[in-house]
Amino acid sequence: MPVRVQTEDFDLTTEMAELRAGFPKIGAVVSFVGTVRDLNEGEQVAEMELEHYPGMTEKALEDIVTQARARWDLFDALIVHRVGPLKPLDQIVLVAVTSAHRGEAFAACEFIIDYLKIQAPFWKKEQTPQGARWVDARVSDDVAMQKWAQ
Amino acid sequence: MQIHLRFFASLREAVGTSQETLELPADVKTANQVREHLRARRLADGRALRMAYNQQMAEPGTPLSEGCELAFFPPVTGG
Repeated sequence: MPVRVQTEDFDLTTEMAELRAGFPKIGAVVSFVGTVRDLNEGEQVAEMELEHYPGMTEKALEDIVTQARARWDLFDALIVHRVGPLKPLDQIVLVAVTSAHRGEAFAACEFIIDYLKIQAPFWKKEQTPQGARWVDARVSDDVAMQKWAQ
Repeated sequence: MQIHLRFFASLREAVGTSQETLELPADVKTANQVREHLRARRLADGRALRMAYNQQMAEPGTPLSEGCELAFFPPVTGG
């Protein structure tokens, strides 16, 4: 259950290869990559800074993976989340899961990113022509998580 | 009781520090009571706020313990 918080970029192909290596029972790999957009709430975003809560972040991500593994039959799950300065087009987050079949993998991957958006202690600060601003949490993220309520 | 406070993101900037140690009055026993105790520090006046007790999301009524870590931060915006 690897979970990583890092300033460096990640390579999807390399991560996928490591996740699958030596597991011929895997029949499905689903990944999600979140990236930095150049426009948010009508303002141009030149750069953003991602802050997090070292220690709690890793625990929160591991807890989300544990919840996903309890709900779906997965072989493995990976979360890589970047912190520090990021620019439009940069990759922010990778979620990848492996399973025997696609249904479990699709659902678990979406569940993990939905929960991450609500529960993992990361905060974005954007640099715009009007100055720096902290990004507000979105109501739509809460709505996205509610669909997973049992 | 002595506890360790942590502040993140916009709350860290509003409070002006990222962490400090605080000696609590005897009648301050829960996470939300600490928030009220610190009201003069502009801790989230009118803004949404989340709390974590020993690096786990806390409820307003979460009880505190000697030497615990209590963190204040805005709703998260990662991913």
